[in-house]
Amino acid sequence: MEDEQSFSDICGGRLALQRRYYSSSCREFCLSCPRLSLRSLTAVTCTVWLAAYGLFTLCENSMILSAAIFITLLGLLGYLHFVKIDQETLLIIDSLGIQMTSSYASGKECTTFIEMGKVKDVVINEAVYMKVIYYLCILLKDPVEPDGISQVVPVFQTFTACDISEKVCLLLSSCFLSHLGAVWPELLPL
Amino acid sequence: MGLVSRGAAAAGLGAASAVVRPGPPDAVPHPIPTPPPESAALGSSRMPGMVLKAFFPTCCASADSGLLVGRWVPEQSSAVVLAVVHFPFIPIQVKELLAQVHQASRVGLAVLGTWCHRRQETEESLGHFLEGLGAIFSHEPWLQLCRERGSKLWSCKATRRQVPPHPGAPYEDQVMLVFYDQRKVLLSQLHPPAAVPDRQAGDATASAGGLAAVFDTVARSEALFRSDRFDEGPVRLSHWQSEGVEASILAELAKRASGPICVLLACLLSLISAASACRVFKLWPLSFIWSKLSVCEQLRHRLEQLTLVFSTQKAENPTQLMRKANVLVSVLLDVALGLALLSWLHGKDRIGQLAEALVPVADHVAEELQHLLQWLMGAPAGLKMNRALDQVLGRFFLYHLHLWISYIHLMSPFIERILWHVGLSACLGLTVALSILSDIIALLTFHIYCFYVYGARLYCLKICGLSSLWRLFRGKKWNVLRQRVDSCSYDLDQLFIGTLLFTILVFLLPTTALYYLVFTLLRLLVVAVQGLIHLLVDLINSLPLYSLGLRLCRPYRLAAGVKFRVLEHEAGRPLRLLMQINPLPYCRVVHTYRLPSCGCHPTHSWGSLCRKLFFGELIYPWRQRGDKQD
Repeated sequence: MEDEQSFSDICGGRLALQRRYYSSSCREFCLSCPRLSLRSLTAVTCTVWLAAYGLFTLCENSMILSAAIFITLLGLLGYLHFVKIDQETLLIIDSLGIQMTSSYASGKECTTFIEMGKVKDVVINEAVYMKVIYYLCILLKDPVEPDGISQVVPVFQTFTACDISEKVCLLLSSCFLSHLGAVWPELLPL
Repeated sequence: MGLVSRGAAAAGLGAASAVVRPGPPDAVPHPIPTPPPESAALGSSRMPGMVLKAFFPTCCASADSGLLVGRWVPEQSSAVVLAVVHFPFIPIQVKELLAQVHQASRVGLAVLGTWCHRRQETEESLGHFLEGLGAIFSHEPWLQLCRERGSKLWSCKATRRQVPPHPGAPYEDQVMLVFYDQRKVLLSQLHPPAAVPDRQAGDATASAGGLAAVFDTVARSEALFRSDRFDEGPVRLSHWQSEGVEASILAELAKRASGPICVLLACLLSLISAASACRVFKLWPLSFIWSKLSVCEQLRHRLEQLTLVFSTQKAENPTQLMRKANVLVSVLLDVALGLALLSWLHGKDRIGQLAEALVPVADHVAEELQHLLQWLMGAPAGLKMNRALDQVLGRFFLYHLHLWISYIHLMSPFIERILWHVGLSACLGLTVALSILSDIIALLTFHIYCFYVYGARLYCLKICGLSSLWRLFRGKKWNVLRQRVDSCSYDLDQLFIGTLLFTILVFLLPTTALYYLVFTLLRLLVVAVQGLIHLLVDLINSLPLYSLGLRLCRPYRLAAGVKFRVLEHEAGRPLRLLMQINPLPYCRVVHTYRLPSCGCHPTHSWGSLCRKLFFGELIYPWRQRGDKQD
């Protein structure tokens, strides 16, 4: 069973949230981020190359032009491999744990799996970025201190726009909590 | 055929000759007297609402029908299937095998259920027969996994015989199948390592977190995987090694040879350490020299590491084993690079070329220093210096430089021989060669060091004098007892002489400060070059190459965690997941397995360094004690 909704992120790009229901104990949320726009790519490349050409006319050294090409290529590869996130997936498996996957534009996939026994709570954090935006976080238990929190893990790395973020977070957290609430009743909000 | 099943029913479990074979029974088996629960339910409690997770090895997905053998973890409500026992088998022998493995590995194995791999859809008799086995090997809950041959459709059932503990709880549990690659899970190591309970402390409990318990179970049950299908054992198993036990001739030879080699090398290394600890080397000039040279430090470090690697004690845990392997690979790479450097140096008479270039370079540096001193003796950067002091200092340093040049010229016939012998030391490793290079640089720039010390001492004296006289000028003095500045009444002649000296020092300050500045900069330049070399040596010493290589070639060995993938799903069928190993990222590999380096880290922070430079205190960036001497 699939379900899709569209939102917009902080910069105005289009985000799509897909919900998949595999079984009563397994659900997946997929957030697709806006693609790399050709316009911004062309703008950055032109700026770098114009600056390099300007330096070349000053110094008369053709190494600057080759260096500019290398820098642009390496910069683009680095951006696609380390920064540009294509899709983020959240897989909730009952009684096993929560898995968060980020797929980058270069094809790299970064997965984190958190076991259910380590999850202390699920919270919505506020951040001030021009206005107030909301993002969902998972609190992990501290092995040493029973009441302490060892880590706060944000679920998604892309942030939705302020007025939409609350809706997205509430949507996710309600599904999340109803799921977890069946297993851990103390996580349900009072 | 029917005789067999009735025989099994009648004889119960006591008869060793009752062989259980699959076959359509003539009659529905009579209720068999429930045997004493030998493989009793290892805790029938479970968390309410938890789905039963069955961890199934991928290698058994195509195996023939049989019994599922593994471990039941009640706290996680998960069943870890380790192997499939095929027909024909004798129940008593299966139980013996499980007891043997339990004794060897301290893991509580049991028969968890049945596995049915159907050829056609009409073999329902097999299904009934398998259900009957539940009476012989009682286990709570009893798993029944079934698969159509050649299709991806699975069906799972987990039944309980006992009355459920909660009135609303179902009689049958929902089952989730998690496939795992047995070989990879066996060989991998989780980071951070979960606290594994002591082997002697009885059966392994599942106090380790859920998935760590699965890894732990598979890793400890190695005894179960030792036989393959070519062995003529009483019980036929299917697991990851059943097609043939993995072994390598090279590994076996290495294991056999490593014993005597380790003993031999350990003796040799202990001889070397005893010789180096001998009394002769503790005498004053030698001990002083040894403590200053970075080569000796590096050699000592390498000796320690080699003693660790070739010690005859076995590694107690995987971390120690990795450390030994890292050290060995690092030493081997070091020696290989050193030999490459050696062959490069000794080919095409490069040593001769180097020796010939050395004296002119030293001359050139001395000439440049002379020019610099002449410039300082004139009007450097337009500043007006005190002529007399300037001349005195300038001439003093020039004479020192002249002595140094004569010394270098005296040494020049022997330099090629010295370099040739020193170049041989590169066979001990690239790090040793780099340390020698650093020491040679220090020796050759000794005159710069001397100039720095003279300039710094003069400047320091001047600053001390100035601060003390400045206090006198204001009518105060430093109280040594109370460690503070107190007011003091001076006599008129004290004040007069004090003020006079103060003005003299103030006007001589620019000259001294300039000399100090110039020579400090030169000294810092030399220290920076030496620092780079030390950094490179540290890098080679501490990089865990074996771990990085393992992460590159066998990423499943170093696991940061796991990841799940949902397999093809159909409504009404159990959920199927594939569990894969999530390898450790490279930066964490380096961070976890870094080898300890020499320990010669700069002891100052930037702030204290600036403070020392301002007040003219001598800086020793690498050593706690003094500095090199010729």
